[in-house]
Amino acid sequence: MLENLSSRLQGIFSGLRSKGRLTEDDINAAMREIRMALLEADVNFKVVKAFIARTKERCLQSDVLDSLTPAQNVTKVVLDELTELLGRSDSKLVMSGRIPNVIMLVGLQGSGKTTAAAKLAYRLKQEGHAPLLVACDIYRPAAADQLQTLGGEIDARVFREDGADAVRIALDGIQDAIDNLRDVVIIDTAGRLHVDEEMMAEAAAIKEAVRPDQILMVVDAMTGQDVVGVVEAFAERVDFDGVIMSKMDGDARGGGALSVREVTGKPIKFISAGEKPDALEEFHPDRMAKRILGMGDVVSLIESAVRVQQAEEEMEAAEELARGNLTLNDFITMNRQIRKMGGVGKLISALPGGDKMLGSGQIDEGALDGMEIIINSMTAEERVHPEVLNAGRRQRIARGAGVTVTDVNTLMKRYNETKKMVKKMTVGMNQQAKRPKKGKKGKKTRRRGMGIPGLDGLSMADLRNLSNMMGDK
Amino acid sequence: MGMFDKMSGGLAKSRDKFKESMNVLLDRGPALDEGFWEELEETLVLSDLGPEAAFSIVEDLREQATRKALPDAYAVLDMLGCRIEAEFASGGEGILAEAPAIVLFVGINGTGKTTTVGKLAKAASDAGRRVILGSGDTFRAAAIEQLQVWAERAGVEMVERERGADPASVCFETIERAEAVGADLVLIDTAGRLHTSDDLMRELQKVVAVVRKRAQAPVYTVLVVDATTGQNGLAQAREFNRSLDLDALIVTKMDGSAKGGIAIAISHDLDLPIIKVGVGEGIDDLRDFDAHEYVAALIGDYTSDEGAIEAHRAEEAAAPPKMTWAEFVEMDDASQIEKKKHFWEKW
Repeated sequence: MLENLSSRLQGIFSGLRSKGRLTEDDINAAMREIRMALLEADVNFKVVKAFIARTKERCLQSDVLDSLTPAQNVTKVVLDELTELLGRSDSKLVMSGRIPNVIMLVGLQGSGKTTAAAKLAYRLKQEGHAPLLVACDIYRPAAADQLQTLGGEIDARVFREDGADAVRIALDGIQDAIDNLRDVVIIDTAGRLHVDEEMMAEAAAIKEAVRPDQILMVVDAMTGQDVVGVVEAFAERVDFDGVIMSKMDGDARGGGALSVREVTGKPIKFISAGEKPDALEEFHPDRMAKRILGMGDVVSLIESAVRVQQAEEEMEAAEELARGNLTLNDFITMNRQIRKMGGVGKLISALPGGDKMLGSGQIDEGALDGMEIIINSMTAEERVHPEVLNAGRRQRIARGAGVTVTDVNTLMKRYNETKKMVKKMTVGMNQQAKRPKKGKKGKKTRRRGMGIPGLDGLSMADLRNLSNMMGDK
Repeated sequence: MGMFDKMSGGLAKSRDKFKESMNVLLDRGPALDEGFWEELEETLVLSDLGPEAAFSIVEDLREQATRKALPDAYAVLDMLGCRIEAEFASGGEGILAEAPAIVLFVGINGTGKTTTVGKLAKAASDAGRRVILGSGDTFRAAAIEQLQVWAERAGVEMVERERGADPASVCFETIERAEAVGADLVLIDTAGRLHTSDDLMRELQKVVAVVRKRAQAPVYTVLVVDATTGQNGLAQAREFNRSLDLDALIVTKMDGSAKGGIAIAISHDLDLPIIKVGVGEGIDDLRDFDAHEYVAALIGDYTSDEGAIEAHRAEEAAAPPKMTWAEFVEMDDASQIEKKKHFWEKW
């Protein structure tokens, strides 16, 4: 995995402290690292070239060079440039006054159009619209069935028709929307290759016939260098208005988003990150920029922690925890939450510097599972009141879990350390609530009360504790 | 039938693009200056080989070019073919050929697993094998219906259960059924999943474990990779390989303009052979893979004339074996190249 960009830049610049001032050569070295990071993130080569040239110019301005912390400043310049580029124009879904509004989805095969169509319909429903899904994919076997099933799941009307003319189906679909009082029509088209002349002509023909208010192109976040050729061709033939980046729940850095913006100037409107119908999110240029650079997406992580947390029982556990009563049951709950969020590895890698820790083997991803096994061998009483554990009980637990007594002791030691840590943090948090700080993080903390135990308000020292807790097996 | 026309048909577009940049390289004239090497690296990066691999290949070639005193850009591009070819892992020929066998198809969403299974079923059943399909994708809406259509086209039996059923149990039933009817090739489709989804990867691990435990025939797991995938493809392949111990790769969607460089990176990194290449939507657009043709189609071919291809094929059969990258590295200087028929000049 790619090392965190800011720490690599740190490495380059740290040797230069004594020089007092950075030279153009130092900036060049930094630009090489940035270039590599962008290429690894699948930003198109030509886009990288242009971007680096622009960024370098800005970095050579005196306020960056003369500053005491050039590494941070260069990183900031790069981030700003990226963010600016990714989100220069409004990326909201614009509805026209026409009824029904027509939205058309296009894209390559397997990019996720049908899934995106259903998610979009779900989102529109939430906003009070009455969407109609139209299945215009007449090529892939069972494509209409798929849309029908997805439509059924979110309770949206689906229009399908047998026949070999996609244009006809689209037009009939719009008529169906009028007949059934639907105010938005989402047309799901077949996946097509941009080099397939016939299929591109079909897409253009559908566009010509239905005159959509919005055409959205669905782009797979994992697409490589070729994304430029693809979006160029689609922009030329069907002239789409915006992009939905799909499969963003993977660990692809999604450099394609940058290429799309740079080459076509079209905004990214949504990102699709998950299999469920509600997994269509608004696009945040700042987070995307960080993701492309491999800088850890802490805000998104906290949000996903918050989502996981929302279940009722977990809320109770959090309250309990906030009072400083950490039991071994919380350990298990915590382990499960971490697993839901993608495991310790993902958690750590989303924190700044986490990639490095993972890479150097400081984190043992299985450690938490080992703890869970031991805790599962305890009685209910022992889990809530661990202080009753005497030598005999420990021996029994060790036998039950198939480990040695030393392992049980290690677990208890960690439990006590964590308990102390949590106490310290909850005290800090209560103070924070009284005296609100500026910034997103603080807001999140106050509203939810509690993220994953200990994630909010985590200091670097606490992070080290956390990694020790998981790591030194 | 020769591999050449099949591959080149489907790869024509990718080849044209690559050829274009190669021509740009050569348009500079045959001089080996700094600009040439830079453009070579750019060309390789644009093929999704990955920035680091591209860099190391260029460095390799550059070092060899200096040491062996290669005369011009032609000779370098000649060796580039051999160098890329050397990256592919070999083997895997038996996976779909031997009988009996059970093959599971895995990968992330939307790479073309179901389509691939359908096409393979048709090809194998046309070749006279007794094929049975298992619809292990019980998650995606209409995945079962989609495979059903393919099963009907191929005229083979398919084992299915309702959507949402346990995929491992579908596989179990598929194998039981295969044994009962004496099928010699079992193809199992699985639901696409992101490699970062722990729960789904665990589910797949269970599916594969159940199949391996129940099966008496050899079991293979094949990763289906979309040629348009970028550098994340490597992370995907590593994760699937770690969980499932993969046997081979199939690259799909090679008929676009993507060059599928990531497949080379995966094959090299995980030592996984590529066994099939998807070059179109047609039922027989799934081709056998041949490393030489893959690379040749990407780099070479300055003609699309049928006669020339025929002539080439005859020549191919008659010519002495081409020099490999390893042989090239062993060699002392460029004067010895003449002894072997080599890559670039024959096209």
